[in-house]
Amino acid sequence: MYSDTPIAGPYAHERTSVSRIMVLVVLALLPATLFSLWQFGWPAIFLFLITVGTCLVAEAACLRAAEKPLRPSLLDGSALLTGWLLAMSLPPWAPWWIGVLGGLIAIVVAKQVFGGIGQNLFNPAMVARVALLISFPAELTRYVAPAPLFSPQAPGFGEGLAITFGLDGPDMVTGATLLGQVRTELGQGHPLPDILPGIYQPWSDAVGTLAGSMGETSALLLLLGGLFLLSQRVITWHIPVATIATLALAATLMNLYDPGHYPDALYHLVGGATLLAAFFIATDPVTSPISPRGQLIFGAGLGVLIYSIRTWAAYPEGVAFAIILMNTCTPLIDHYVRPRVYGRDRKGAPIEYADDADAEVTR
Amino acid sequence: MKLFNIRGGVHPEDRKHLAADQAIEDLPLAPLLHVPLQQHIGNAATPAVRRGQQVAKGELLGIGQGPISAPVHAPTSGRVMGIGSFPAHHVSGLSVRTITLQPDGKDQWLEGIEGVPDPFALDPDEIAARVAAAGIVGMGGATFPSAVKLNLRKKYRLHTLVINGAECEPYLTCDDRLMREHTAQVLDGARIMAHALGVTQIIIAIENNKPQAQAAMTGAAADSPAVRVAGLPMRYPMGSEKHLVQTLTGRETPARGLTADIGVVVHNPATAFAVHQALRLGWPLVSRLVTVSGGAITRPRNLRVPLGTPVQHLIDYCGGFREEPTRLISGGPMMGNPLPGTRVPIVKGSNGVLALTAEEVNAQAAAPCIRCANCVAACPCGLLPLQMAAHARAGDLDGTVRLGLMDCIGCGSCSYVCPAHIPLVQFFNYAKGEMAARGRAKQKQAETKRLIEQRTARIEAIQQAKREAMAARKRESAGKPPAQTPADRRAEA
Repeated sequence: MYSDTPIAGPYAHERTSVSRIMVLVVLALLPATLFSLWQFGWPAIFLFLITVGTCLVAEAACLRAAEKPLRPSLLDGSALLTGWLLAMSLPPWAPWWIGVLGGLIAIVVAKQVFGGIGQNLFNPAMVARVALLISFPAELTRYVAPAPLFSPQAPGFGEGLAITFGLDGPDMVTGATLLGQVRTELGQGHPLPDILPGIYQPWSDAVGTLAGSMGETSALLLLLGGLFLLSQRVITWHIPVATIATLALAATLMNLYDPGHYPDALYHLVGGATLLAAFFIATDPVTSPISPRGQLIFGAGLGVLIYSIRTWAAYPEGVAFAIILMNTCTPLIDHYVRPRVYGRDRKGAPIEYADDADAEVTR
Repeated sequence: MKLFNIRGGVHPEDRKHLAADQAIEDLPLAPLLHVPLQQHIGNAATPAVRRGQQVAKGELLGIGQGPISAPVHAPTSGRVMGIGSFPAHHVSGLSVRTITLQPDGKDQWLEGIEGVPDPFALDPDEIAARVAAAGIVGMGGATFPSAVKLNLRKKYRLHTLVINGAECEPYLTCDDRLMREHTAQVLDGARIMAHALGVTQIIIAIENNKPQAQAAMTGAAADSPAVRVAGLPMRYPMGSEKHLVQTLTGRETPARGLTADIGVVVHNPATAFAVHQALRLGWPLVSRLVTVSGGAITRPRNLRVPLGTPVQHLIDYCGGFREEPTRLISGGPMMGNPLPGTRVPIVKGSNGVLALTAEEVNAQAAAPCIRCANCVAACPCGLLPLQMAAHARAGDLDGTVRLGLMDCIGCGSCSYVCPAHIPLVQFFNYAKGEMAARGRAKQKQAETKRLIEQRTARIEAIQQAKREAMAARKRESAGKPPAQTPADRRAEA
């Protein structure tokens, strides 16, 4: 009947919903994810499924405990996306309990304890990743060189199960990530020109045939996904551009200052999880500022922090820490950086014009 | 001409194709017309007729009260059946004072009604007076008495009259049809208004989804350099007065101000048409164009409707409902209001009757806000709708006001784009209503205080007078020259 609850308009609505946004983000992540799963084989697939599954189960359990309806929150895709991003930030051959623990930390501690979707201060996937990295540094820094699925050196289904579940599997060919290895060698006093040639080929790093977490591998496919999100207007350009530009600027300046110790911008863009962070994690709407100018500040801060942590702190990769640190700044940025209100100046006073007689319409 | 950018806005599907090709049709008279005495912003009119009286078309039914008000006239000839309460054309469905008229079918104009041969020879005040007497109000839906706006020249330095043919609301096509079919009359009305305002420059602003209307107006205005037609980009809310003026001049209207502050007055094409009729023919405002559209309407139409016609009569003429509508809306889908039923009459501000299907309304249960900031990007006023709504929801009205509640024009762009389907406008309307109630309470308090103080002063004055009278009597009875008594001393103190 047409005279039901009188509620204010509009009585038309864009064809959009929270789940549509989440589905588009997942779609954008799909190429890079599939490529990484293929690169790292069965153990990566198992870890991915375990992490995502844990997140969904944890979400359902928390919703039930809070006596909230299950369907709308589970179907909005936010828990799926959290698990997905967390899985992409873990070493692909990490044991099953890393995925389970990470999923629980992300959903229970970082999201539901704050009040569920939209209420969390920190990006849940990054909280989980940081918690795991601090608690289990060994497991979180044990990386393998890619061995594409069905290739001779790749583990089979059974071996994959053994690796993930910690049974007697084949010995892992462990290696460090590019960022980690360079940090180690720099620490031993080797200059960059001696280190890089053996381990760093920008092209293969961009394509993603190096050791690393799933989200660290294919910079090109992640860039593709990011551009897709921009084209679908799921994200705006402000955060990714500010992040990448600041990081590139910092790297270029330091590289010019001392090429022997500070790698160039391209190294920082294709190495590590820069693009995953810039397009998919920093743009998490819940934990990033709401105004365009605020987003630029957020992105710039992120770029500086990523560079600083990678270059001078104890960890070779700084994305997760940088994002959490910038998340803490979001409420502050939102408080101080607001759009100018129509008809008012920046201070909030009504606009005054010098002389109204001059206000002729331009031809 | 050069146009300027405005902030925010959305691009709703315009759905104008439903009714845009339907030429204006005269709606046959309904068996009964219900003419409310309040069809405008300001004071209600008071009845000028008695029950049972025979009236001619255009005869005065209600007299405007005070400076912000408007009279109402008989939409057709017939007999006054009664003056009583009838459900208003308002979401509340509350009753307002309404004159019920039974048409006699002759549709006979009042004798002696005639226009002026040359309105441009009239004094601006005289034009405004005639516009006021014709009961013309802003016909884009705001229903502010037009004569008051024409008199703005007395307080502001004006340079431009803008005819707002943006019609940025989806579905609505009545301004489009009017500009296409009555081009010369709209232009003439605009020129008369410009004369009344004392401005020479006229801009007729039309969104680019109405190329025929643009072409028609451009053709009609070809010989006058003072009249220009501006093709506006399609973006809602382009028709918001302040944003339209910004698009045309690049200037923002100062907060809490009028567009007249920057020298511009904006009127609707239907208002211009009504002014033309009032001045050239002497006709008061007794009918208006209404778009009847929406997915649930069998045959969408643009109708010329006598004021007071029940909405049901329009719907019947358009073949009734194709399916049961989810929403019956007066006005456009973005800023219109639900109608409480189909009994209510068409009034001066009703530009559309929309029967919308569930698929068109696309309503969904509200989900938690994910701070996506789509509303921030869409807000044409630079506000933070998500934060305003959060404060309103928590009952923090002052916080909502601090965030700019009173700068919100209620356009609904934020609600339209919200992926969580949060009814943001509902929160703002609630907060605005609460603020208004607070203002009234404060005013009442101040008024009560003033009355109490007056009463105290009055009682004091009476007692004082009594004391003086007593003292005077004492002096007389003593028959002596006045001496200082204790009472006198008290009185002096």
